[in-house]
Amino acid sequence: MSPRPGFVLEVDRSTPPTLFWHGEGFRLERLPTGSRVLYAPEPIDALDDPVGAIRHALADPLGDSAPLASLLRPGMKLTIAFDDISLPLPPMRSPDVRQMVIEEVLELAAGAGVDDVVLIAALALHRRMTDAELRHALGDRVFDSFAPHGLLWQHDAEDPDELVHLGLTDQGEDVEINKRAATSDLLVYVNINLVAMDGGHKSVATGLASYRSLRHHHNARTMAHSRSFMDQHRSELHSSNWRMGRLIAAAGVKVFQIETTLNTDTFPEQFRFLQRREWEWNARDRAGFLASSKALEATPARLARSIFHSIRSPHRMTSVQAGEVEAVHARTTENVYAQQLLEVDGQSDVLTMGLPYICPYNVNSIMNPILVACLGLGYFFNMYRGKPLVRAGGVVILSHPTPWAFHPGHHPSYIDFFEQVLAETTDPAEIGKYEEAFATDPWYVHLYRTGHAYHGVHPFYMWYWCAHALEHVGAVIVVGGDRAAVRRLGFKPASTMADALEMAADVVGPDPSITHLHSPPLLMADVR
Amino acid sequence: MKGLVFERNLARFAASRLVSAVGGSGRGVALGPLRLTDVEAPELPGPDWHRVRPLLAGICGSDLSTLDGRSSRYFEDVVSFPFVPGHEVLGVIDEDDGATHARGATGEGGGARVVVEPVLGCVARGIDPPCPACARGRTGGCERVAFGHLAPGLQIGFCADTGGGWSAGGLVAHESQLHPVPDSLSDDDAVMVEPTACAVHAALDAAVDPGATVAVLGAGTLGLCTVAAMAHLRTPGTLLVGARYAHQRRLAEELGADVVVDPDQLTRAVRRRSRSLEFSNTLTGGADVVVDCVGSDQSLAQALAMVRPRGRVVLVGMPGRVTVDLASLWHREVSISGAYAYGTELVDGTHRRTFDIAMEVVAATGLGRLVSARYPLERFEEALAHAGAAGSRGAVKVVFDLRRPAMRATPSVTRGAARRQQDRPTSRTTARPKKGSPP
Repeated sequence: MSPRPGFVLEVDRSTPPTLFWHGEGFRLERLPTGSRVLYAPEPIDALDDPVGAIRHALADPLGDSAPLASLLRPGMKLTIAFDDISLPLPPMRSPDVRQMVIEEVLELAAGAGVDDVVLIAALALHRRMTDAELRHALGDRVFDSFAPHGLLWQHDAEDPDELVHLGLTDQGEDVEINKRAATSDLLVYVNINLVAMDGGHKSVATGLASYRSLRHHHNARTMAHSRSFMDQHRSELHSSNWRMGRLIAAAGVKVFQIETTLNTDTFPEQFRFLQRREWEWNARDRAGFLASSKALEATPARLARSIFHSIRSPHRMTSVQAGEVEAVHARTTENVYAQQLLEVDGQSDVLTMGLPYICPYNVNSIMNPILVACLGLGYFFNMYRGKPLVRAGGVVILSHPTPWAFHPGHHPSYIDFFEQVLAETTDPAEIGKYEEAFATDPWYVHLYRTGHAYHGVHPFYMWYWCAHALEHVGAVIVVGGDRAAVRRLGFKPASTMADALEMAADVVGPDPSITHLHSPPLLMADVR
Repeated sequence: MKGLVFERNLARFAASRLVSAVGGSGRGVALGPLRLTDVEAPELPGPDWHRVRPLLAGICGSDLSTLDGRSSRYFEDVVSFPFVPGHEVLGVIDEDDGATHARGATGEGGGARVVVEPVLGCVARGIDPPCPACARGRTGGCERVAFGHLAPGLQIGFCADTGGGWSAGGLVAHESQLHPVPDSLSDDDAVMVEPTACAVHAALDAAVDPGATVAVLGAGTLGLCTVAAMAHLRTPGTLLVGARYAHQRRLAEELGADVVVDPDQLTRAVRRRSRSLEFSNTLTGGADVVVDCVGSDQSLAQALAMVRPRGRVVLVGMPGRVTVDLASLWHREVSISGAYAYGTELVDGTHRRTFDIAMEVVAATGLGRLVSARYPLERFEEALAHAGAAGSRGAVKVVFDLRRPAMRATPSVTRGAARRQQDRPTSRTTARPKKGSPP
């Protein structure tokens, strides 16, 4: 039976309660009659032979690229960059897509006699991955072949000796990227395109860039003008990255792009109820939900976090494209949309979301309040094409515990951002005055370079990610969150969904239209 | 006349200590060695002494520490029993006393309003020649506090011979200890002069260079007075304050702090300001001066963690026995010093009485606003419980009100606070002109 497309349910009296993610837990909420619930398309069929598909993509590339094998020769300098820990979500079961692709690339390189090969985790300003995380992404064989010999690098955006400035775009944007990558005879970039934002010129221009370069598109103005940043053609974020990418190409950096897409088979068997529509839950699903919920209620937060972060997703590859960057990315985007797109008729007054325990920046870490905001107002709000799911001046209701808690090793500058900057202002346009101090703070730089800390400027980026939503909506309400933390974010706390809907009515008027984004699994609304 | 008397009674002392340890500061009073009783006015010790009838008498952290049984045994020989507590005193010269200190200031009942400088130095003790500290005007450092013709006692309020402010029967003070209060100062302002003098001494003694980064830990009475004194008398580049409660944070900002955060966040705020690195939970750089207005193990450890190498930690809050790792102090050559009481200060080459400077600071910054509640002596248990939990109850300074009943305000935080907010400007610019702006 072929997978069913996404579905827009209109809630009526017979509709069972709707499942909301709530951090490391769930809530069942009864939405008012007439509310819409958006369900993601069912996972599309995975590739039967992913390795074969990879080989085919490398041999028959898109655009004007020659087959990878023909680009490889003895004595050349080859760099293989790959997406970092932020993708996919949750981390996938072994073998990871990166492992499968890189093994094939290395087979070809070995066959061609290439012996100067370096792997680089394209961190941008993300935290360095641990050895265990690298081993999981690359597999034992690759990791053991490269890491002990110093040939597995992690991009260091603060190492002046390992960056090269390639010039300015026609908009005056600095393009400064990893020197090893830029000076290689060939740069192969291996992507996992979990959402439509990922990949394209953004891979190199962002993943291997420095703060000097990133600041041109990671800012409040750019993000407010990216509507949405999941829609490349209406995204100033992408426009800037495309300008940079073309400059990188013009500077002589030869990029062979490999992009992969995954299906939305997101959760393992014991959480299978998360993939199903509530009215279709069978006894096993209900038992799974009850067992999970009751167990989590009795589990300390730290342990619950640990349990969830041990989840390995059964994601499977649905496509692989290789070759010239723009041609590859166009095909990839089609494939992402084929899995995730759901047609939705018009906007609503209120948009509700249940936020899970994970976002791109807290893998094996704590979902701090800034990341809660970023996941809800940055990522989920922007999962649209056309128009936002909520009307201008509408209300977004998030469900998440939003603890006032931070991982001190991963997010040190987030703590200061939360304590200092958000205490002063929550306006994305205003916070920029603090950015330079955070970006150049020697302590944050030290922790980024030597520990596992996100760069000092990273919390600003998270807040910029929210810029479009904050400009668009009239209010943000968080159900079940730490009240002090929610207020610090500039949002309104509510104890229950019913309270939140009453509060929303104060903003949008009585009997508002309501849409619930039932995600993850991921879906992207095509709002007409 | 009724007064509160602290007697040496070990059993009651132990009971108070136990109850306050469990129930919180000020909660053990009912079982402790303090009792309300008839108190005779103390005898005048000499011809230059005067009787003072208290109008307002503050409850200090050191009083609570004594009542709770938490104070250091160091003080045992510089206290004489029984004593009437109360060393933050606004009073009037007893009209039968014939004193001529009024200098035009008139208090209720025709006497002159005065604030009492309670330290009992050599002059008050009839010791001549005075000790080297008193000779230099540093009466707070008097070397004879346990000697002379008075019973031992650091201050009025801890001496069996002088009485103290927590008694309607009054106290006696040497004329060198009396400071007339100008009409322009309200009673609330005036009762804040003594704690402000402590803060003034700390601010002036702390070697704060212009532009220095100064961190103040704690925002109770002493902390807030220190903020006011530091902002008014010094020119720190950045004045950071760790304040636990919302009202303390608001007051600290009003009094001139540049950055006000929760105490748990203060080290990080200092780190950001100094752009320090860290190792072993200690900043590599840090604040030039840290003023510890708490005096606990934790506060001293935090102060040492956020002061820069060769910087200075000043203890203003009265510490007791503390346990702290001094490795960083040794390695980073940090100086640690106490700041106790007052005397005279060298300001711009001129020696001035600390109390005179304190009156100016109080007047300029409106520190009377810190008086949050007033209680009659009869409700001393409530008053001390309130003072012991001042922060969490939205208060700063709790005082005993010994004025005639008609003059007494209801002991209400909100009413008093609201009135004071209306009475005086409290903007930060009032307290502290912007740096670089013309005076």
